[in-house]
Amino acid sequence: MDMPLPKIPIGTWIENTISWLTTNFSFITKTISGITETGIDAFIAGLMFFPPWLLIIAFALLAWFLSKSRNIALFTLLGLLLIWNLGLWAATMSTISLVLFSTIIAVAIGIPLGIVAALYESFYKIIMPILDFMQTMPAFVYLIPAIWFFGLGAVPATFATVVFAMPPAIRLTTLGIRQVPKDLIEAADAFGSTKMQKLFKLQLPLATQTIMAGINQTIMLSLSMVVIAAMIGAKGLGGEVWKAIQRLKIGMGFEAGLGVVIVAIILDRITQKIAGNKK
Amino acid sequence: MPKIKVENLIKVFGNNAQKAVELLNKGLTKDEIMNKTRQAVGVGGVSFEVYKGEILVIMGLSGSGKSTLIRCLNRLIEPTAGKIYVDGQEVTAMSLDELREIRRKKFAMVFQRFALFPHKTVLENAEYGLEIQGVDSATRQEKAKQALELVGLKGWEDSYPDQLSGGMQQRVGLARALAVDPDILLMDEAFSALDPLIKREMQDELIALQNRVQKTIVFITHDLDEAIKLGDRIILMKDGKVVQQGTPEEILTNPATEYVEKFVENVDMSKVLTAQSVMKKAGNVAYPKDGPRTALRKMQEAGISSIFVVNREHQVEGVVLAEAAVEASKRGEKDLTNIIEKDIRMVKPDTPINDLFSLMTDIRYPLAVVDDNRKLLGVIVRGSILAGLAGRGNE
Repeated sequence: MDMPLPKIPIGTWIENTISWLTTNFSFITKTISGITETGIDAFIAGLMFFPPWLLIIAFALLAWFLSKSRNIALFTLLGLLLIWNLGLWAATMSTISLVLFSTIIAVAIGIPLGIVAALYESFYKIIMPILDFMQTMPAFVYLIPAIWFFGLGAVPATFATVVFAMPPAIRLTTLGIRQVPKDLIEAADAFGSTKMQKLFKLQLPLATQTIMAGINQTIMLSLSMVVIAAMIGAKGLGGEVWKAIQRLKIGMGFEAGLGVVIVAIILDRITQKIAGNKK
Repeated sequence: MPKIKVENLIKVFGNNAQKAVELLNKGLTKDEIMNKTRQAVGVGGVSFEVYKGEILVIMGLSGSGKSTLIRCLNRLIEPTAGKIYVDGQEVTAMSLDELREIRRKKFAMVFQRFALFPHKTVLENAEYGLEIQGVDSATRQEKAKQALELVGLKGWEDSYPDQLSGGMQQRVGLARALAVDPDILLMDEAFSALDPLIKREMQDELIALQNRVQKTIVFITHDLDEAIKLGDRIILMKDGKVVQQGTPEEILTNPATEYVEKFVENVDMSKVLTAQSVMKKAGNVAYPKDGPRTALRKMQEAGISSIFVVNREHQVEGVVLAEAAVEASKRGEKDLTNIIEKDIRMVKPDTPINDLFSLMTDIRYPLAVVDDNRKLLGVIVRGSILAGLAGRGNE
């Protein structure tokens, strides 16, 4: 039964706001959309230009170089070969491109915000509830305004992914900096360090490991969101899963899902290793 | 002109500090103010001067406000009221830029928990003060290396702090402070986290170092032994106030209040008067397999006339006197077995000092301090007991 009081029109407010934003700022979002679309397409086209076997070897070598671990390199090699074999190569390349794009944007915005939040208490108090909000709001909801702003395709998917995946980058940057022991900060102050010197010579180097953990989480969240974003026309592995759902094809869905898992494990292990190797 | 001058310095922690300052000026105590206003008085109106080239020790138990006080000197903690002058300049009136400048040029600080930067090597740690002043890499490396050499850490430049023992870490802390060539060294319980023998060693080295570099040192401690050993003058604090200041001699012989008297007594009763507290590290030891000449050379190196012989487990086997070793070497003996005096006097670390005195009257070698397994912990020479007793008035 409905409450006897009239409904508070939160939904209408939001719609009006977004509608106002789109009519007045669509030239900006259109421009962004155009540039990003071109960038992502070019990147995917670039990846598809090379024969898969060459890229697989290149990825395996890159994994080895980044993680210094033979096992991870071997897993990358075998995992990608399996994906190729399952006929998911193009979808996987598109997914990886979207994840990398979103992660780079999320980290580029997230780390500076995290630093500011760590250094200025007032900003910290403002941004933390916003982050809670961003993380608990169901991920699907971000897809709607993304469509309003950017239409269908890879760009709204990237937008929604960035919004969804950014919080850990901010949070763990803040945490890493705040965790630097007070006595070290005191020592740096006692020798007359400026705020910037403290940040770059002490706080950021000591926070690196935590920040890397944040980047790792951002990548993982990007990956999960990129799959969801298939609903608004992002292609890739998520698109395959989505197709399988619509046609109730269990085998196809499982194969695409397996592809996501392989990509997830590769990205996760590599970034974890990088975080662990840093001292 | 004094190097540092502190006038009626007050630090109150809390949101209504001015109220507390008023009450302090009316003469209320820390506890009364806490009850009335919920404001915590850290330092409650302290005035003193520090002269160029002296070691001033500020001593008190925990909660006496000594750590707050030393942090007020370079405004790591912002004083609530009062004035601080360094070389006639008022530190308390400085802008943040001026403050940073004076922290870089005049002050350097050594911390109780070392506060070394874990991601930097020993050398980079020592360079830090110069690095943030923008000194070029070659110059600052050279100065940092000199400072490390001064504290006896030559050869450890590329290690990381967590690879060093506590004592060595604090040497890095000291080198980091000395590298900027400050006028004033602020040492906040610098040796309190070290174990007793290392602590004593560091104190000796600080005194030796001070003879060479002649800095103005403000040294915080809760340890009366340390205060007496290091201080040219001592300020004794209680509840944020100074209860007595003067030379170690004055404080020991003329305790100004009952509190000081108790403090001095307490220290005597509890730990000062045991073998552990007056023992020295055995400079050099010999092994049964050593030849007489080796033993003699070891004695010569350490400047001693007898040497303890220990086995592989560091358990005491006996002592060899220099004369006996000379004789043995003339006779061409190959090892020490014939000349070790096995029936020697040994004491446990907790033996009271009064007992030691009678034990030492008729022996020609130091007393060995050993643990329950006969492991050699240290040695006691007559001089160190005398010094221990003489330093404490008419005990």
